[in-house]
Amino acid sequence: MSGELSGQVAIVTGGASGIGAASAALLAAAGAAVVVADLNAAKDGIGRFVRHDVTAEESWQALLADVLEREGRLDIMINNAGISGGAGSVESTDVETWQRVQAVNAEGVFLGCKYAIQGMKRTGPDKSTSKGSIVNISSVAGLQAGAGSIAYTASKGAVRLLSKSVALYCAEQKYDIRCNAVHPGGVDTPIFDLLWQFMGRDQGKAMIDKRHPIGRMAEPGEIGEVVLWLASDRSSFVTGAEIAADGGITTGLMRRQPFVAS
Amino acid sequence: MSRLEGKVVLISGGASGIGAATARLVVRQGGQAVLADRDEAKGRALADELGDGALFTALDVADETSWTKAVAATVETFGGLHGLLNAAGVGVRNSIEDCSLAEFRRVNDINGLGTFLGCKAAIPAMKQAGGGSIVNISSVLGLRGASYAMAYCASKGAVRLLTKHVALHCAQMKYNIRCNSVHPGYIDTPMIAPRLDQSIGNMSGRQWLEELHPLGRLGRAEEVAHMILFLLSDESSFSTGSEFVCDGGLTA
Repeated sequence: MSGELSGQVAIVTGGASGIGAASAALLAAAGAAVVVADLNAAKDGIGRFVRHDVTAEESWQALLADVLEREGRLDIMINNAGISGGAGSVESTDVETWQRVQAVNAEGVFLGCKYAIQGMKRTGPDKSTSKGSIVNISSVAGLQAGAGSIAYTASKGAVRLLSKSVALYCAEQKYDIRCNAVHPGGVDTPIFDLLWQFMGRDQGKAMIDKRHPIGRMAEPGEIGEVVLWLASDRSSFVTGAEIAADGGITTGLMRRQPFVAS
Repeated sequence: MSRLEGKVVLISGGASGIGAATARLVVRQGGQAVLADRDEAKGRALADELGDGALFTALDVADETSWTKAVAATVETFGGLHGLLNAAGVGVRNSIEDCSLAEFRRVNDINGLGTFLGCKAAIPAMKQAGGGSIVNISSVLGLRGASYAMAYCASKGAVRLLTKHVALHCAQMKYNIRCNSVHPGYIDTPMIAPRLDQSIGNMSGRQWLEELHPLGRLGRAEEVAHMILFLLSDESSFSTGSEFVCDGGLTA
C-alpha cells in the first residue's frame, strides 16, 4: 500500500481496542506497517499482532527484537495502553491499586519510550538515519483533576512531564526523534466499561457527554487523527507539546457550566 | 509572630532542606512542628534545638504503616493535626536512555507514592481537627521538562496532578481541607549539593544552576518556607488545587 507513511513501521500498545485500534487503523491506512502490541488480540484486528505486557521489561525487549527482525525498522511508537484503576479517591485508594496503575500507565510509557528510542536510533539497510516520532497518550486527567481516580490522575501527570524530558533529551542528543503527549477528554472506549456496568451505558454516556463543552464524548477515531498527525512529518516542528483533544474540557468557563462536580 | 498559633504541622523530610527551614518558621510563628524523616540523628537534633514546639518521628514515606504511626504520634503529642508538608523527596539525574526500571520505581515511590500516602494518612486527622492545609512540594520540573531528569520529572508531574485531585476531593466532601503544590527552582539544600561541584562545560555546577534563574542565584530554603507558611496559614484560605511557583523566574 502506498501512502504518506509507506515504508514506515509503527508499534501501537493497547492497539487491540479503543484509541489504540483507531490509531492503528489510521496509521495503516496511511501506509505504515503496524504492529499491534496488546495483552489480547482483537477479532479482525489491524496489522500484525504481538502479545505484549507493557509493564514487563522482558516483554519490551522481545517486542523490539521481533519488530526489528520482522519489519526491519521502527519509526513510530504509540504508547497508548492504559487502565483507569477504578474511581478511587485519595481516601479510598490502596497501595496495591496505586502501584498497578503506575505500572501500566507510567512505567509502561517510560519503558515504551526507552525501547522506542533504541529502535528508532538503529540504522541499517532499511533506515539510513536516526529518526522517529513517539506519541504518548496522557489524558485530560494529566492536565486537571476531577476526571478520574487519584492513581490515574497522578500517572497521567507523570506521562505529561516524562514526555517533555524525552523530547528534550532526544533533541539534545540530535536523534531527530520527537515526543509529544496527547490529552484526550472522554472517549467512547472500553476504559469506560466499568462505569457503563455501574450506571448503564446510555445514562453513563449522557453524564460524560455533558462534561464536555461541545456536548459529547469523542469517538476513538477523533483521537486517532491527532495521533496520526503527531506520528507523521506534518508535525515536524512539534516536540514536547501537550495536545489536548478534549471537546473543550480544559478550556475555561462558560455561562452554562458543562461540568458540575457531584 | 503568631501566624500559625495553635496549628500542628507534620513535615516529611523535616530534618533538612526545605522541610527543616519550614519547621523553624512554623515554631517561630507559634505553631508546633513534627519533623518526620529517615535521618534520625539530624531530625532529633533539630527537634531538640526547636524545643517544646517540636517533635521528631521516624518516617519512611513509601510505607503506609509508617505514615499511620507518624500521624498517631503527632495527634498523641500535640492533640491534633492541622497542616501537612510533603517535603521528603529524592533528586536524581537520569535520562530516558540510562534510567533503569528499578530506579524509575524508586524515585516515583518516594516522590509520588510518598506524597499520596502522606495526604491519605493526614486527611482523617485533619477532618477530626475541623480542617487543614496540605502543601506538596513538586518542582519547576513538575511544570517543565528536563532532558537530564526523566524519572524526577515524572514523579513531580504526578505530585502536581495528585495535589489537584486531593483539593477537589476534599472540597467536594466539604472537609475544609485545602491542598496546593509548591514548585521551587533550584534551592541551596543537601538535595542539590552533589551537583554544585560537577562542572558542566567550562562552568561549575553551581554557576550553571545559578544562571538558569533570571535572578542569577540559587534559592534559599527560607524563601520557599515563607511561601509554604502562607499556604499552611489561614491567610491562604481561598487557595486550593493551585500551583505556587518559587523559582527566581526560571519558568517565566
